[in-house]
Amino acid sequence: MIIEHVGLKEITGPLVILDGVTGASFEEIVELRLTNGQIRTGRIVQIDGDRVVIQVFEGTPGLSLENTRTVLTGRPMGLPLSEEILGRVFDGVGRPIDGLGDIFAECSRDINGSPINPVARIYPRNYISTGISSIDALITLIRGQKLPIFSGYGMKHNELAVQIVKQAQISEESDERFAVVFAAMGVKKDVAEYFRRSFESSGVLSRVVMFLNLSNDPIIERIITPRCALTAAEYLAFDKGMHILVVMTDMTSYAEALREFSSSKGEIPGRKGYPGYLYSDLASIYERAGMIKGCSGSVTQIPILTMPNDDITHPVPDLTGYITEGQIVLDRTLDGLGIYPPVSILPSLSRLMKDGIGEGYTRADHAQLSNQLFASYAKVQEVRALATVIGEDELSAIDKKYLEFGRLFENRFISQGFNENRTIEQTLNLGWEILSVLPREELDRVDDALLDKYYKV
Amino acid sequence: MPHNVIFSINGPVVTVKDTKDFFMQEMVYVGNDRLVGEVIEINEDRTIIQVYEITTGLKPGEPVEPTGAPLTIALGPGLIGNIFDGIARPLKTIQQQTGAFISRGSSLSSLDTERLWDVVMLVTEGNSVHPGQIIAQCPESESITHKILVPPDISGRVVFVAKNGQYRINDTICEIETESGQRVPLSLCQNWPIRKPRPYKEHLPNTIPLITGQRVIDTLFPIAKGGTAAIPGGFGTGKTMTQHQLAKWCDADIIVYVGCGERGNEMTQVLEEFGELIDPRSGRKLTDRTILIANTSNMPVAAREASIYTGITIAEYYRDMGYNVAMMADSTSRWAEALREISGRLEEMPAEEGFPAYLPSRLAEFYERAGRVNTLSGSNGSVTIIGAVSPQGSDFSEPVTQNTKRFTRVFWALDKSLAYARHYPAINWMTSYSEYDNELASYFEQEVDPEFMKCRARIISILHEESSLMEIVKLIGADVLPDDQKLIIDIARVIRIGFLQQNAYHAEDTYVPLKKQFLMMKVILHLFDRAKALIESNIPISRLAESGIYEKIIKIKYDVPNSRTDMLEEYFKYINNVVDEILGKS
Repeated sequence: MIIEHVGLKEITGPLVILDGVTGASFEEIVELRLTNGQIRTGRIVQIDGDRVVIQVFEGTPGLSLENTRTVLTGRPMGLPLSEEILGRVFDGVGRPIDGLGDIFAECSRDINGSPINPVARIYPRNYISTGISSIDALITLIRGQKLPIFSGYGMKHNELAVQIVKQAQISEESDERFAVVFAAMGVKKDVAEYFRRSFESSGVLSRVVMFLNLSNDPIIERIITPRCALTAAEYLAFDKGMHILVVMTDMTSYAEALREFSSSKGEIPGRKGYPGYLYSDLASIYERAGMIKGCSGSVTQIPILTMPNDDITHPVPDLTGYITEGQIVLDRTLDGLGIYPPVSILPSLSRLMKDGIGEGYTRADHAQLSNQLFASYAKVQEVRALATVIGEDELSAIDKKYLEFGRLFENRFISQGFNENRTIEQTLNLGWEILSVLPREELDRVDDALLDKYYKV
Repeated sequence: MPHNVIFSINGPVVTVKDTKDFFMQEMVYVGNDRLVGEVIEINEDRTIIQVYEITTGLKPGEPVEPTGAPLTIALGPGLIGNIFDGIARPLKTIQQQTGAFISRGSSLSSLDTERLWDVVMLVTEGNSVHPGQIIAQCPESESITHKILVPPDISGRVVFVAKNGQYRINDTICEIETESGQRVPLSLCQNWPIRKPRPYKEHLPNTIPLITGQRVIDTLFPIAKGGTAAIPGGFGTGKTMTQHQLAKWCDADIIVYVGCGERGNEMTQVLEEFGELIDPRSGRKLTDRTILIANTSNMPVAAREASIYTGITIAEYYRDMGYNVAMMADSTSRWAEALREISGRLEEMPAEEGFPAYLPSRLAEFYERAGRVNTLSGSNGSVTIIGAVSPQGSDFSEPVTQNTKRFTRVFWALDKSLAYARHYPAINWMTSYSEYDNELASYFEQEVDPEFMKCRARIISILHEESSLMEIVKLIGADVLPDDQKLIIDIARVIRIGFLQQNAYHAEDTYVPLKKQFLMMKVILHLFDRAKALIESNIPISRLAESGIYEKIIKIKYDVPNSRTDMLEEYFKYINNVVDEILGKS
C-alpha cells in the first residue's frame, strides 16, 4: 500500500519540510502530487526523526501547505539506461524532451554513482589528437583525463569545445566506438542550440546524448544534471565499451545552484558563500572520469566554466583546478587581439601529458620542445613587462628576438582557424620553426642532439 | 527493537537520541549495512556520529551498535606494498569483492588473515619482556623485515614460545604472564587506536638529514629525519610531483603515502610507477618499502579525516621497530576541509573562513607525532612528516597554510610563476626556509665536505643579491648595470637553471647524491671567483657569455653521470682555461 502524506509543514525556497514521515531513507526520491494533477519530484536531503527536508527539483511555485500529497518511492534517484539514449535529448533530470517518448530501459542506475576503486583504475596514457596546436603540443589531452576549460563571459570557449569534439581523433578509430555526452547547466537556449547544430553539422548527432538544464530551468534540477550525464557516460563507457567525451557547461552555474540550495537549507557558508563541501561535491563529479581494468571504454571530461570577473582564484575555478588533471585557460587579451583559440599558455597545464607523449605516442622531441616553448614564452612575458617601462627601442638585441618570438608564437602557433585541423607532426614542426627565431644558446631546455636535428639556422 | 536507533541523518552525520551507551571516539556500526562510524559528540539529548561511508539509503530507526572500542586498526605484517582506504581497509580485497566501484558496508581487516609468514622467534620461555620489545621477526617484503613487538601496555614473563615456522597473523606465537598473573597470548598483529600516539622512550635531536637527492631541498632547505615539512602551492605548481619525487628517492626505510582527498588517477600512477621503479639503495622495487593510503576526493569525507591518522599510526608502528619512516600527506588542506565540512554539519561556530576553531590544535597534534626517537625496544627510529598544503586561491595567508607554518619547521613554498616558466621543482628560494640547517650543519660538514655549509651560504647570498638586482632590471633593463652586477645575474642564472632546476624525467638528474650536489656548487662558485678576474681587468663580462661557458656549466647535471663525480675535476680546469684565454687575448 502506498502511503500518501497530505500537506506540508513548511516551504522555504526550493525546499519543503514534512512532518510525521516514517520509513524515509536518506537521499530517497519522493513524488509530490498537487491537487491540480501536476506531479513534481523531490529528493530527501535531511532527516530528523519523523521530520524530513525535501528538495523539489521543479521548484516550489504553486505549492501550498495543503495542496500536495507526498509519496515516498523507496529508492534513490535512478536514471533509466539503454543504448537507445544515443541521439536523444533529455531535460536536466533525465526525462526525454525531444518528443520521442520514453527510453526502453535495460537498467536503472543510481545517479550518484560510486567512487572508482583506485586499484581498479588504469592510468591514462593514450593521447587524443585534437588538431589544435596549443592543446596538442602544450596541454595534451589524454583519454580518460578531466581537462576543464577556464573561460570568461564572452570568450570563445563554446567554439573551442566544439572544435575539440569535432576534431578529436578518438572518433576515427574504426573498431572503437565513440560518443559524446553533453550536459548544459544554466546555459542560454541559443548556446545549447549552437552545440546541437554543431554536432549535427559534424555528423555526430546520432552519437550524442544531451542533458539540458537551460538558464530558466529550475536550479535544483541543475544539481542533478551533471550526475545524470555522468551516469549515462559511465554506462556507455564501462557497460558498452565506448569512448565517451563528456562536455559539461557551465560549471559555475552549477556551483551557484549548489550555493542557492545550500543557503536555503540554512547551512554555514564557506568562501564567497559557497557551501563548505563544495570541494567534495565538485570532486564527486570530476572524479567520474577515467578508465578501469577489464573495460575497453573510457570517460574523458571537458568541463567548461566561466571565471567570474576572469578571476582564477574564485572558489569555483580554484577548487576545480585542484581536482582536475590540468586546465586550459583562455585569456581575454589574446581574445581581444583576435587570436583564436585564445589559450593562455602559461597558466594552462595537462598533468597527464608527460606519460602520454614522446616516442611511441607522439614524437620523441615532444616533451623537450613543449618545455622549451613554455620557458621561452615565459621569458617573453618578462621582456614585455620591461618594454612597457623602458620602451621597445631600448631593449637589448636578444630581448628584441624574444619579442619577435612572442609575436610569431601567438599569431602562428596559438592562432589557428576554427576548421583548421593540424596533425601532430605539423604542430611540432611549427614549434621548432618558431623557436628557431631565438639564438641556439637560449634554448636551454633541449639537448644538443635534438637541436642538431630540428633547429633551423 | 534495538535500543539505539538512528534519529536523524544529514550527509555523513547521523544522530542517536536519548542514549548513554556510547563514549567519545568510540567506533560504531551504523544501520542495517553496518557502516563504520565514530562518535564525535555526546550531549544529554543526542549522540552524534560521523559515518565513514556514503549514507544514501539510511533510514531513521535502523540500529546503531556500539563496539566498546575506539577506532582501531590492525597492525602487523602485510601492510607493506599494500593500498588501503582511509580506515585501513585493503582496496585490493575490496576490488575482488565488489568490482571496480567501491560499494558500502564491507568490514574487512587491513591484513590478510590467511597468508603464512616465516616467523623466527627471538625470545625463549622464562625471559622477561618489557613493552615494545621485539619478540620475533619475519621477512615482510624483499627489503623489510617485520619485527613483532610486545604491545606497549604489556610486560611480564614469557611462558610459552611457539617454534620457528609459518604462522598466520592471528596465530598465537607467544604467551606472557603479567605481574598480576594473567596470561596474555600474543600474535603477529596488534590493534591500536588511530588517534592515540604510540609511546616511545625519549625524543632525540634532529641531527641526521633525510636525503632526498633533490638539490634545492638537500642543499638549500634540508629536512631532518624526524622533522616536519610543509609544501604549500596552488594547483599546477607541482605539490604532488614533489611528494612523488620524495617518496621515490628519499633515504627513509619505509614510505607511508597518504593520498588524502586527491585524484584517483594519481594514486593509480603511484601504484603503477612504484611497482616498476627500483630503489637505488636496496635494489628492490619501491613498492617493497611503500604503504599507500588512498582516500580520493570522491570517497566519503569522514574517512578522509581519518586517513591522516591511519597513516601516522602505521608510520609510528614501523618506527617502533627501529625504522626511519617518511610519511607524505597529500594534501592536508583536504583533511582540514573534511574537518570544516563535519563541523558545518554539526552547526559549530566557525572561526576563520568557516574552519572550526580547533583546526590549529588538530594540526599541532598531528605534526607533533613526528620525531626521531629512542623506541621502547631500545633502537632508534624516526617518523618524518611531509604535508602538502593546497591554499585556496594560492593565497598563503589562508588559515591552513598559516597554521601549518606554525607547527612545521621546513617550508618549501611552491611558486606559481616558477611553475608557469616550467622551473621545477618550483620551490621559491626567497620565501622557503628550513629551521634544521644549524642542527644538520655538522652532518654535512663531516659526511660530505667541510666546506659544504660555506658554499651553501654563498649560493644563497648570490640568489638574494640577484633578487634585489632584478628589481632594478625590471625597471631599467639589465644592460645599464655595471659588470660586477651583471656577473651576479649571470651566475644566479646558472644556479637557477643548472642547480635549482631539476628534471624528474631525466635518468641522471632525477636523483643526485650529496657529493655531486656539493661539487656542482663548487664548480659554479669557482666560475664566479675566476670571472671576477675579468672584471678587475676591465674586460666586458659579456665575453664570458659568448664563450658558451654558462651553457656548459648548466648542462653538468645531464653531462656528468652520478657515478662519475671525478669528471667534475675537468670543469675546474676548463673554467681556468676559458678565463685565461679571455684574459690573454686582451
